[in-house]
Amino acid sequence: MSNENIAELEKRKRGMGLKASARLSNTIIYILLVVISIIWIIPFLCIVLQSFRVESTWKVGYVIPQQWGFDNYVKLWSTNFPRWYLNTFVIALVVAVVQTLIVLCMSYTLSRFRFKMRAGLMRFMLILGMFPGMLAMIILYRVLDDLGMTGENMLPGLILVYVASSGMGYYVSKGFFDTIPKSLDEAARIDGATRAQVLTKIILPLAKPIVIYTILTAFMGPWGDFVFARYVSQLKPLGMNVAVGLQSWLATDTMTHDYYTLFCAGGVVVALPVAILFMCLQKYYVEGVTGGAVKG
Amino acid sequence: MKRYSDLEYLRLSKGQKFLYKLASFFLAIPRGIGTFFLGIGRFFKKLGVGIGKEISDVVMTFVKGDWKTKTSYLVMGFGSIARGQMLRGLLFLLFEAVFIFYMVTAGGYWMSMLPSLGKIGPHEEYNMVLDTHYTVYGDNSFKILLYGVLTLFFIVAFLYTWRLNIKQNKISEDILRSGKKLKSGKDDLRSLVDDQFHKTLLALPLIGILVFTVMPIVFMILVAFTNYDGSHNGYSNALFTWVGLDNFKTIFSWDVGGVNYAATFGEVLTWTLIWAFFATFTNYFLGIFVAMMINKKGIRLKKVWRTILVLTIAIPQFISLLYVSKMFDINGLVNGALMSLHITDHAIDFWGTPWLARIMVIVINIWIGIPYLMLIATGILMNIPADLYESSRIDGASGWKQFTKITLPYMLFITGPYLLTSFTGNMNNFNVIYLLTGGRPTNPVASGAAGSVGYTDLLITWLFKITTGSDTKYYLASVVGILVFLVVALFTLIVYGLLPSVKNEEDFQ
Repeated sequence: MSNENIAELEKRKRGMGLKASARLSNTIIYILLVVISIIWIIPFLCIVLQSFRVESTWKVGYVIPQQWGFDNYVKLWSTNFPRWYLNTFVIALVVAVVQTLIVLCMSYTLSRFRFKMRAGLMRFMLILGMFPGMLAMIILYRVLDDLGMTGENMLPGLILVYVASSGMGYYVSKGFFDTIPKSLDEAARIDGATRAQVLTKIILPLAKPIVIYTILTAFMGPWGDFVFARYVSQLKPLGMNVAVGLQSWLATDTMTHDYYTLFCAGGVVVALPVAILFMCLQKYYVEGVTGGAVKG
Repeated sequence: MKRYSDLEYLRLSKGQKFLYKLASFFLAIPRGIGTFFLGIGRFFKKLGVGIGKEISDVVMTFVKGDWKTKTSYLVMGFGSIARGQMLRGLLFLLFEAVFIFYMVTAGGYWMSMLPSLGKIGPHEEYNMVLDTHYTVYGDNSFKILLYGVLTLFFIVAFLYTWRLNIKQNKISEDILRSGKKLKSGKDDLRSLVDDQFHKTLLALPLIGILVFTVMPIVFMILVAFTNYDGSHNGYSNALFTWVGLDNFKTIFSWDVGGVNYAATFGEVLTWTLIWAFFATFTNYFLGIFVAMMINKKGIRLKKVWRTILVLTIAIPQFISLLYVSKMFDINGLVNGALMSLHITDHAIDFWGTPWLARIMVIVINIWIGIPYLMLIATGILMNIPADLYESSRIDGASGWKQFTKITLPYMLFITGPYLLTSFTGNMNNFNVIYLLTGGRPTNPVASGAAGSVGYTDLLITWLFKITTGSDTKYYLASVVGILVFLVVALFTLIVYGLLPSVKNEEDFQ
């Protein structure tokens, strides 16, 4: 056998060894991924299955219903659930629009303008963010209560509070604006565009991903908000959002006994549209999250 | 401790290196505290110097200025109007009129009540005609404090505007002296979408933050120095008043009416830190691990795995967390499954056993948290130059070595600031704890402390319980909130000092 052949053989052997070990490690990874996926899916699968259970309304030790039906979903209509849903939907819609505007104003300004108070302002907001937000809620709740914007009339107050402080969450989109080259602005300025025109005509079209990201997160926020919504609702049935309402169904053991399967059905009705929306816009979300984390 | 130079450090063995790093972290704590207070000191010094400079400037402008400027000291905007800048002048004048009107009609009253927070509480009065006693409500401490703070803000705003008005006069004088023309109202309006566009953009967000974040926080900090609680609500049952530092003494004392607040606070703080540590780092490393598995060459269906994981982000947390919490109940699904598989013969009380509940909370948090890290890590992993791996493989590095020598350092370097924010975020992670356990199981040490503290309670959930239970102690909540702030601020300072990359933000542009 010539030297060349030996070298060729050696190479093939090593290649095969590599391939075999790669195949082994890939198999292990596949097994792990399948296990992880099962763990991730099981709770959600259980909610869906239990929401179709007809024979009983309380917690049981089995998953698959003995009797299937849409009873729980039908029953949802006769509870306060539609009202909670409407409340949350309206809040989410308004917040999505206004919060996006505010966040974009804030982040664009901090990214593009160099004015005297800029550094101080950013440091101030950083420090402000270290205070637990819950502290502010106590007093905001009292003020809203004085203004009569609690209980059933909580909509305007809740929206106002959600939106008002949203300027503090400018980090992610500022990080995005930072990546758009400043030379674009300057070129437009030289051509005689005002600052406002630079924003609307040049930056915004480029910033589509981050605008969608901001709208998406702003829209999803109110669906999960629990703390402040609970304060403001004063636990009055008509003043709740879905989070507070559904939580109230599981608050005590007696409630859980009557409402457990209803909670599952309600959870499905809430989660489905939100999750579908999220999945459709996933691309933008990923872009925002990764960009934001890298740029701090 | 001896400080090593870089060369000496490199010569240390692995164990020594680790010990050295650990020691330098703990040594940084007193330094961090020092920096913190020095920072506060420096801030006030700067503030004092700044104010001094402003005052001397104001005096000098008055001495040197013409009669229009001098009149502006009393009648705001007079100088601007006299020089033909109607719009600016009228705005100044209007603001002054509003301020004076407010101070005369309401502000003066609130300010005068602020030192006492109200003098006449609710009391019984006798009605001769009906021959009955009825309750008369007097002052309202809550409103006094609230509007007092508002008035203080307003006064500061007025002083600022007044100063601005004087500055305007000086600038106008200078411009006129050099023979140029002043800007007209039209120019002013135009500059709001051009040179001064940032002011237009920031106005609304900043007003929102000022009114809905800054003011409430100032208010709540002040509450920490009062006795505002459920039985002193300031109006219908009793007034509340200033108590100085009593509340801070309470939380650090061993026996206040039979309650050991110091121990309670210590326990909750310890658990908060333990929780934040594990919640952050389990998610971090497992998230990177999962991301590496999904992104490995030759693994198919990448998108499917990712989509499945992202489910926990897509579905509102209150649904998933509440449901999982019920799954692990005594009569929940998990116990049902375990018993029908004969793994245990009696139900496991996941939420009733202190250490088990704590572990469960951390484990379930992994379920919630990995997907975020997976997404972030994916983005970063793709940015690591592939030739780094290539050349290390030629040098004979194993997969594990590649991970510890290339991937991890790179990740840590880039995500350092993120790790910090997620640590402090976890310290205040209300949702996971409250929805899963509600703080259960109850901690006997803390019995009697406001809000029945449990083993899994974080400072933030404790704060919530104090303010929503039957026995609300707002002053205590406020003290806890301030302490949370101090811990977070201190931690941030220490870690920021140790981070390898305190980045220059201009680098990105």
